[in-house]
Amino acid sequence: MTVAVSAGAGREAPAAPRHRSLRSRKKREAALAYLFILPALLIFSVFVFYPFLRNFKLALYENPPYPNLPSHYVGLHQAATVLSSSAFLQSLLSTVLFVLMVVPTGLFLGLALAVAAHRKLQGIAIYRVIFSSTVVSSVAVAALVFGTLMNPVVGLLPWLGINPTPSILQNPTWALPAVALMTVWQFLGLSFIIMSAGLQSVPDDLLEAARIDGASAWTRFWRITVPMLSPTLFFGVVVGTIYAFQSFGQIDILIGPSNAAGVHANVLIYYIYESLQIDNNAGQAAVLSIVLFVITLSLTLVQMRYLERRVTYAR
Amino acid sequence: MHADATALAPTSRHSAATEAASRRDRRHRRIRKVISYLLLSVGAVVILFPIYIAIVNSLLAPSQIAHQPPPFFPTHPMWSTYPTAWNEGHLGLYLRNSAIMTAIIVVGQVVTAILAAYAFAFLSFPFRKTLFIVFLSTLMIPFEVTLITNLDTVTRLGWYNTFQGLTVPFLATGFGTFLLRQSFLQIPKDLSEAATLDGYGHWRFMTRVAVPLARPAVAAVAVFSFLASWNNYLWPLVVTGDNNNVRTVQIGLKLLANTEVQNINVTLAGTIIAIVPLVILLLVFQKQLVRGLTAGAVK
Repeated sequence: MTVAVSAGAGREAPAAPRHRSLRSRKKREAALAYLFILPALLIFSVFVFYPFLRNFKLALYENPPYPNLPSHYVGLHQAATVLSSSAFLQSLLSTVLFVLMVVPTGLFLGLALAVAAHRKLQGIAIYRVIFSSTVVSSVAVAALVFGTLMNPVVGLLPWLGINPTPSILQNPTWALPAVALMTVWQFLGLSFIIMSAGLQSVPDDLLEAARIDGASAWTRFWRITVPMLSPTLFFGVVVGTIYAFQSFGQIDILIGPSNAAGVHANVLIYYIYESLQIDNNAGQAAVLSIVLFVITLSLTLVQMRYLERRVTYAR
Repeated sequence: MHADATALAPTSRHSAATEAASRRDRRHRRIRKVISYLLLSVGAVVILFPIYIAIVNSLLAPSQIAHQPPPFFPTHPMWSTYPTAWNEGHLGLYLRNSAIMTAIIVVGQVVTAILAAYAFAFLSFPFRKTLFIVFLSTLMIPFEVTLITNLDTVTRLGWYNTFQGLTVPFLATGFGTFLLRQSFLQIPKDLSEAATLDGYGHWRFMTRVAVPLARPAVAAVAVFSFLASWNNYLWPLVVTGDNNNVRTVQIGLKLLANTEVQNINVTLAGTIIAIVPLVILLLVFQKQLVRGLTAGAVK
C-alpha cells in the first residue's frame, strides 16, 4: 500500500504510515482516558446528575396524602404552594438566622485563636492541635456532648442560673441559638485551620516594618493582617455558610422531627428530610431540594468569581 | 549576639544604656509571653470544656449528675458505664461497621480520583475540558439535593440496609479529582517524556512516578474522605433502617441516647468511646488533614 501511494504522490508518501500510527496512538490514548474516567463518571451519572435532574420532574407531581397511591401531575402548582407556605418561609428564616448565628461567630473566634497561636512559642504545637481538634468531632458526638450541657437534669446550667421553661432545647426562643452554639464549637476547628493557613500568607517582614515604624499591634492587625487576609476571610464565609446550611445531625439529635418546626429549628435540610421521611411527600421534598441547590449554586458562583479575580490580582 | 557585644564594648556608658534597654525589652517580652500563654490556655480550656464535662459526667452516678453545685471532678468514678455503653450500645459492632464503610469509601474515592485525575492531567482526548467541567459541577450539587432519588435507586437495587447502599453513591469525588489533577500537573513535563522514552506505558508511569510524586495530595484526599464518611450522618440514617449489622457508630450513638435517656452517664461513655478513633486520626494525620481542609484556601 505504501508503495502504491509513493508512486502517485511521492512527497507525502513517507509521512503516511507515521501519520496513521500517530492517529492510532491518539485513539488508544483517548480510549485509555475514557476508561480511566468511566468509573467516576458512572457514579456521578447515577448518584449525582440523575437524582439532581429528577428533582425537577418530581417537583411537578403531587403525592397523595396516603402512601402507595400514585402521584399526579400538577405542574408548577405544587412549587407555588410550597414556596408560599408559612412552613417554608419559617424554615427559610430559621436557616438564615442559623447561618447568621454560626458563621460570623465561628469565623471571628477561629481568627482570634489563629492570631493567638501564630507565634513561635514553646509548646505552641499542642495548642494548635487542641484548637483544630473539633474538626474531627462528628456531629453525633458534638450533639450528645452539648445535649448534656443543656440538659436541665444535668446540674450545670441550673447552677449558672440558666433554667428557662420550657427547657432550652424545647424552647422556641432558645432551641435554634443552642444548636447554633454547638455548631460554632464544631466549626471552630475548621475555622481555625483556615485562618491559620491564611495568616501564614501574611508576610512577616511587612508586619515587622510596620512595627519599626511605630504601628501598634492593634493598628497592625486591622491595617495589615485583616486586609491581607481578606481572601481567606471570604473563603471562610463561603465554606462556613455551606457548612451551616448542611447542618442536619445536630437538629435530628438535639431536637428531633416531632419538635423541629414547633421550636423554629426546621432549617431547610431538615425540612427536606421531614418531607421525605416523615410525611412521605417526595414532591414537596423535591421543591425544597431545588431551593437548596439554587442557594448553594449562588454561593459557589460568588466564590468562584471572587477567586478568579483574586488570582489575577495576586500576581 | 556576641558580635554585637564586642562592637559596643568601647564606650562603657553606651553599653550600660543598651544593656538596660535590652533588659527592659527582655522583661517586656517575658510579660508578653506570659500573656500569650494565658490567652492560649483560655482558648484551649473553652474548647475542651464540653468534652471535659462529658468525661466527668460519664463517670458519675445518676444521682450525682443532678447534684447542686455540679461536680467538676468525679470523686468516686463509676467506670462500669463504659462496659455498659459498649455492650448495650453494640459499639464494637457499630465501630466495625463504620470502619468497613469508611475503608470502602476512602479506597474507592482515592482510586477513582487518581484514575480520572491522571486522564485529565496527562492524556489528551476529545471533550477533555467539557468532561472536567462536568466533574467540577458535582461540587455544586450538595448531597442532600440528591437524597430523594438516591434512596429510591438504592432501594430498587436491593441495597437498602447493605454496605453497597452505604458506600456506592460515594465512590467518586469531584473535589478529590480536582485536587489530584492539580498535583499531577505540577510534575515536570520532562519527567513524563523521559518515562515515555524509557518505554514506560501510562499505567507504569502512573503507579511508579505520578502517584508517588503526588503522595501528599493523595494523603490529603484520603484523610478528607475518611473524615467525611466516618462522620456522615444523614445518609446512614436513611439507608440503614433496623439492621444492626450495617448500622454505623453515628446512628448507634443516637440510638444509645434514645434508649438510655435515664442514664446520661452511659450515653456519654459511649460518646467518649466513639471519639477515640478520631483523636488518634487527628494526632497522626494532622498535617494531611490541614492540607486537605485548606486546599481551596491557599494557592
